[in-house]
Amino acid sequence: MAYDKFNVLTSNAVPLPIENVDTDQIIPARFLKATERKGFGDNLFRDWRFNPDNTPKEHFVLNNSMYGGRILVGGKNFGSGSSREHAAWAVYDYGFRCVVSSFFADIFRNNCLNIGVLPVQVTAEFLDTIFKTIEANPKTELQVNLPEQTITLLETGESESFQINEYKKQNMLNGFDDIDYLLNIKDNIQKFAQNTPL
Amino acid sequence: MSRTLFDKVWDSHVVQNIENGPDVLFIDRHLVHEVTSPVAFLGLKNRGIKVLYPKRTFATADHNTPTRNQHLPVKDKLSANQLKALEENAKAHGVSYWGLGHEKNGIVHVIGPENGITVPGATIVCGDSHTSTHGAFGAIAFGIGTSEVEMVLSTQCIMQPKPKSMRISVNGELNQAVTPKDVALYIISKLTTSGATGYFVEYAGDVFKNMSMEGRMTVCNLSIEMGARGGMIAPDTTTFEYIMGREFTPKGKDWEKAMAYWDTLKTDTDAVFDKEISFDARDIEPMITFGTNPGMGIGIQSGIPTAKAIESGAATYQKSLAYMNFNEGEAMIGKPIDFVFLGSCTNGRIEDFRAFASIIKGRKKAENVTAWLVPGSHKVEEAIRNEGILDILHESGFELREPGCSACLAMNDDKIPAGKYAVSTSNRNFEGRQGPGARTLLASPLVAAAAAVTGKVTDPRELMELQEV
Ligand code: SF4
Repeated sequence: MAYDKFNVLTSNAVPLPIENVDTDQIIPARFLKATERKGFGDNLFRDWRFNPDNTPKEHFVLNNSMYGGRILVGGKNFGSGSSREHAAWAVYDYGFRCVVSSFFADIFRNNCLNIGVLPVQVTAEFLDTIFKTIEANPKTELQVNLPEQTITLLETGESESFQINEYKKQNMLNGFDDIDYLLNIKDNIQKFAQNTPL
Repeated sequence: MSRTLFDKVWDSHVVQNIENGPDVLFIDRHLVHEVTSPVAFLGLKNRGIKVLYPKRTFATADHNTPTRNQHLPVKDKLSANQLKALEENAKAHGVSYWGLGHEKNGIVHVIGPENGITVPGATIVCGDSHTSTHGAFGAIAFGIGTSEVEMVLSTQCIMQPKPKSMRISVNGELNQAVTPKDVALYIISKLTTSGATGYFVEYAGDVFKNMSMEGRMTVCNLSIEMGARGGMIAPDTTTFEYIMGREFTPKGKDWEKAMAYWDTLKTDTDAVFDKEISFDARDIEPMITFGTNPGMGIGIQSGIPTAKAIESGAATYQKSLAYMNFNEGEAMIGKPIDFVFLGSCTNGRIEDFRAFASIIKGRKKAENVTAWLVPGSHKVEEAIRNEGILDILHESGFELREPGCSACLAMNDDKIPAGKYAVSTSNRNFEGRQGPGARTLLASPLVAAAAAVTGKVTDPRELMELQEV
């Protein structure tokens, strides 16, 4: 599915300084029963965000009106566990376009890239700086510049560059997806398949 | 040029290298289930295209199916919807569908190998992270997201950069009551849940050589829990004997041709891995987890580590212990438990039921324990019956349920209630994984059986010794 183009994103950010956030927390399995890709944002971090009676848990960051924006900043090893793309959908549907962490689980990173959420991996030190700066000022803005591959704390000017594979970068910049690419080389694929018996 | 087993299989499936980009990898076999496929099929519909190779695509229902009364219509509306969507999608695209009640129905990673869909040297994907299971046969197998499911349905290819390689060797002889599950939980506890992220793992050494196919599947299954893309073991006689004659494996001349190729599927002696790790089998004890990720495991006789002794953040560690209502330094042995879950694609095979039965035989289920014993497939269920294990279960006060993922991810009614403790043979102890507020202790079928008859965390070796007297 084609998605919004990503170029430069300037926004305040939501801090979630917890390590090993797994996709079961991002979207619990009981919300995976849809047959369409709709409404997953409502259940993002469901069990951290709401009590069993559906009242919001006051202390969870998404329920704190001081924080907002289109960037989610998570602790190390973000998105581990299940391959459910629903986790990336929930992040996107809630309104985030970028997730920052010092380390991402593989499948989650791929899933994000496939649906137009940019995973930005920073050093542990810079992640710490980001958390501290947001803590001091919840309205702190981050600027994520995809063409330049940089992420900057606008308040202090502190900046880091991040890695992204060139092919994926072009896809994100243009809102292309892999299937468009693959359908274009279908003849090659079919030739290849002939030599690959079942 | 020397190559690893992984290199050999990967390289032979590359349709195209994209400069500064991922490889276009051809996928031999694609497994599909009800939860991660509907949106992918919708994508095909929106593009106006069909599944490119329906014969390379296999669909089953497992994730949200009930484990009782499968002959009745599924009560949960949303689950019923997903099942219906899969059935209709499979039909519309000419894909084989082994739905509820079908004799080949079961958990996707159990039925793949069982029916010979899984073969050495193949590339296999599925929208489920434990697809790594199939690596036990010397296949490259890994989990993918729904966008990638759509990719494979429409083009039989996936775009992935080639991962780095890691070899994990375990040599020596295993201690009593140490099962493949314990070996895997031990490795994860040493590597942490992100220790193999970015890598594809090959398991090598005596321990894996001497392991049954079921055991190898358990180990490869858990590769994802240390962050690895997947894990694999070079095929050998054990592998060939297991797959020979199964429905989808090659026959006659094709078999001989395939065998000639499969025999080449091993890492060259001088091939170099990006990372090498080795362990001594004698250091491994029966394992149990005490926290909220599979890396938080210890030998069953050990105490819960203190936050100081842990590498990852103390705050995250303490949050995890608070969720479990455990304290630093406490012993795991003797902790009362409420539920036992035997099943899942990790430990829902016949060997796991044999192990479970070996402990409970001649004993009774503890009264405070609710036990859910869920076979991985109808074929496993049949073997349980045929081998007389069902009688042993019944005599001890246990009941056997119908196949499916069940309490592994609790999408159906099999949910552990909030605050309750479950000793589970599945693969994830994340917060709420087995139901909102549920507390999971991951362990082997032997440890699960010991807990089921004593009602608390118990070292299975105690019960084994008693039996020998
Ligand atoms: S048993 Fe659990 S891990 Fe295995 S396929 Fe089912 S849900 Fe996934």
